[in-house]
Amino acid sequence: MSALAADAIEVYRTATRNNRMGMWLFFFSELFLFGGLLITRFALWVDEDGHIIRPELDQNVGLIVTVVLLASSYFMNRSEVAIANGRKRDFLVSLWITGFLGVVFLLGVVIFEWGLIQLPFIEHHIGPTDGVFGAVIFGMTGMHAIHVITGVAFIVVVWRNGRRDVYTEERHWGVEACAIYWHYVDLVWIFFYPAIYLIGHAVH
Amino acid sequence: MLMQLGLTRGLIYQAAGTVLGMVVAMVWRLLAGMELWDQEVVFVVGGLVGGFSFMWGVGAIDDWLEWCRGKATPLVHGPPRDKPAWTRYFSTDYNHKVIGIQYSVTSLLMLMIGGSFALIFRAELAQADLQFLGIGMYNKLIGLHGWAVIAAILLGVGGMANYLVPLMIGAEDMAFPRLNAFAFWINVPGALLLLASAFLGGFDAGWTAYPPLSTQGSVGYQFLFLAIYFVGLSSILGSLNLLVTILTMRPKGMDLFRIPIFCWAVLATSLIQLTATQAIGTAFLMGLSERALGMGFFDPEGGGNPILFQHIFWFYSHPAVYVFVLPGLGIISELLPVFSRKPLFGYRWIALSSLAIALVGFLVWGHHMFTSGYSQYLRIPFMIATLLVAVPTGVKFFSWVATMWGGRLRFPTPMLFTLGAISVFLLGGLTGPILATVASDLYLHDTYFVVGHFHATLFGGFVFPFCAAIYFWFPKITGRMYNETLGKLHFYIMTPAFWLMSIGQMTVGTMGMRRRIVDYDPTLGGGLIEARHLETTIAAFLIGLSILIMIYNLVTSAEIGVRAPANPWRSRSPEWQIPSPVPEHSFAAPLQVVGEPYDYGLEEEYVVMDESQAGHTQAH
Repeated sequence: MSALAADAIEVYRTATRNNRMGMWLFFFSELFLFGGLLITRFALWVDEDGHIIRPELDQNVGLIVTVVLLASSYFMNRSEVAIANGRKRDFLVSLWITGFLGVVFLLGVVIFEWGLIQLPFIEHHIGPTDGVFGAVIFGMTGMHAIHVITGVAFIVVVWRNGRRDVYTEERHWGVEACAIYWHYVDLVWIFFYPAIYLIGHAVH
Repeated sequence: MLMQLGLTRGLIYQAAGTVLGMVVAMVWRLLAGMELWDQEVVFVVGGLVGGFSFMWGVGAIDDWLEWCRGKATPLVHGPPRDKPAWTRYFSTDYNHKVIGIQYSVTSLLMLMIGGSFALIFRAELAQADLQFLGIGMYNKLIGLHGWAVIAAILLGVGGMANYLVPLMIGAEDMAFPRLNAFAFWINVPGALLLLASAFLGGFDAGWTAYPPLSTQGSVGYQFLFLAIYFVGLSSILGSLNLLVTILTMRPKGMDLFRIPIFCWAVLATSLIQLTATQAIGTAFLMGLSERALGMGFFDPEGGGNPILFQHIFWFYSHPAVYVFVLPGLGIISELLPVFSRKPLFGYRWIALSSLAIALVGFLVWGHHMFTSGYSQYLRIPFMIATLLVAVPTGVKFFSWVATMWGGRLRFPTPMLFTLGAISVFLLGGLTGPILATVASDLYLHDTYFVVGHFHATLFGGFVFPFCAAIYFWFPKITGRMYNETLGKLHFYIMTPAFWLMSIGQMTVGTMGMRRRIVDYDPTLGGGLIEARHLETTIAAFLIGLSILIMIYNLVTSAEIGVRAPANPWRSRSPEWQIPSPVPEHSFAAPLQVVGEPYDYGLEEEYVVMDESQAGHTQAH
């Protein structure tokens, strides 16, 4: 390796180290956004006696979208490992699956949980105007969905660039950023899912 | 010519984007079978699309869009090739020095706009009864004054941090120059939305936007919520950038306890901005969606809780005042050793006291809510936590006194403003515990005493140090000296006038004057309240006059001032070891730290340039 190329790799490593720190600081910041929403949920979903309550939601919808999202994180990890080992085909296929599962998750939330499209086999929907139940459900899933949409857009960008050989074994910060962002959004859902679907007495 | 400026393009894009967003919202509503016009939704979508269109127009996201296409973009330094050099200040530029000046000038502009609003309603308050301002107009102006000045202070903090931090730690630029430019420019659509809300009824229930008034008030609140979302985004991204810069880009030998003390203040400030800002975003987003979509977070009808808003709001808005004052206190600690020719007393204690204030600041928000009716058992812990803030603040005061003790003091304008800041901040600080104590706060809550308290804190913690910083670094920025006589005139008008104003505000407060009320009973305070109000108004106008003197001084001195030497103050800080004005690439060679930053009176240098590495730019 020539001295110039070694220099360039050194510059790239320094930049990536800074980028990584910036990304994690951003996640730390976002923690306070999602934390604020969780606090809102536990402050507002209580009955007169102070017991924690939750609305009665379709448990199947919640479980299925959660499984889909968790599965997508697995493929995201495979994708990152593949590019680090220079397996371009694996990288692209896994990334494609991740994005696809992300879209399935989004459709699951928007169609089945939000009831944006009326379906005969889903019984009753809570709308955003239905008191604190509606407000908190739509606030939490809405804010999370915005992040998933961003993540899917990120995946599309990385996938397109990946096809054009922008990333190599040594230089794939873009893939890494996309991956940790996706895992982070996933992690948030791991806290949101029980908070919305599982914790507390179900109230009609 | 005008069209070559990023700013002009941004403004045109924002106007077009706003209209486009409004049309899209209306078409969507029409397709969904709803009524065409709903001002809440239409204005929110318009404002949001308009804000991001501005960022597109100004060119702050050009490089990122290229990255999305898989292209690398080189970081171009220097003035634009085919345009006059001054245009870079009105366009997207990645040099932290340009961005620092953009921040500071915008800050002064907003400060003057916000200050003018205050002068208008101060004139109204000079006499009892209603004279020329209607009740609605008064409420509008008071809300606008609050947020315009808060935005100005955040911009000023950003300006000082952006200009100084990379220079002080000998870095070539910030860690993320493009993010830096983005973080500045997002303030402009934010500020415009803030001011534009005046045309949509303003936010006449006060700057705190408490529901239920704010969720039922005029549609101007929606623009306020959006504006603070944009300005808050700037805080988060800017602080992230500063943290990475300070933590990773220091030169050889500069460990964390050898950075100039201002950087410690910025470090502590950035930690607050990075995290707490999300809370006000959350609170305002909930307010916004309650209004636009009918989501009942705060409406008790469906189980909502208006007190929740206050908790989330103050979780940011209290730490935010430490965002306002900590950099200013850092400036005081930075300037005192220079003008006392003595080491800073207790460097480590000062550094850690900034962190301590920032961390304790997260546990005190409830002292704004003693009268809100929240659980009584929360009052005492919040009171104790609040009083605890006095401990690290006291550390700073004792260190300042000890730094000056036995020093060879000189009194040019920046030093005068530093001393003025200490005196005014002491006034603000000493009135703090009175308000932090539950028993006295129950009487003083929402009176003018509170107004006097926080004006003293913010003038002492921000305005005076900001003026000191402007005069101190003016030679470094422009390469010319400011006019010392006019600088001193500014100081000798502003300081007594401020004392008069602040004590006047506190006095009318104890006489029974309430906040945000257009009229008062002239028999209050034994009939003396009107005279106190008149004094306060006169003092406020004097402060306004002194700021105009400063602006005149800065503008003329930048043109005709005496050429400044590289180091007129004989400071040890790295930025003074390079020519004035600072060259495009600040440091010709990487720095090496060989001594302590504040060892005034000793022979050894703080930093030397590693000439063997000259021309070898640092990696970033």
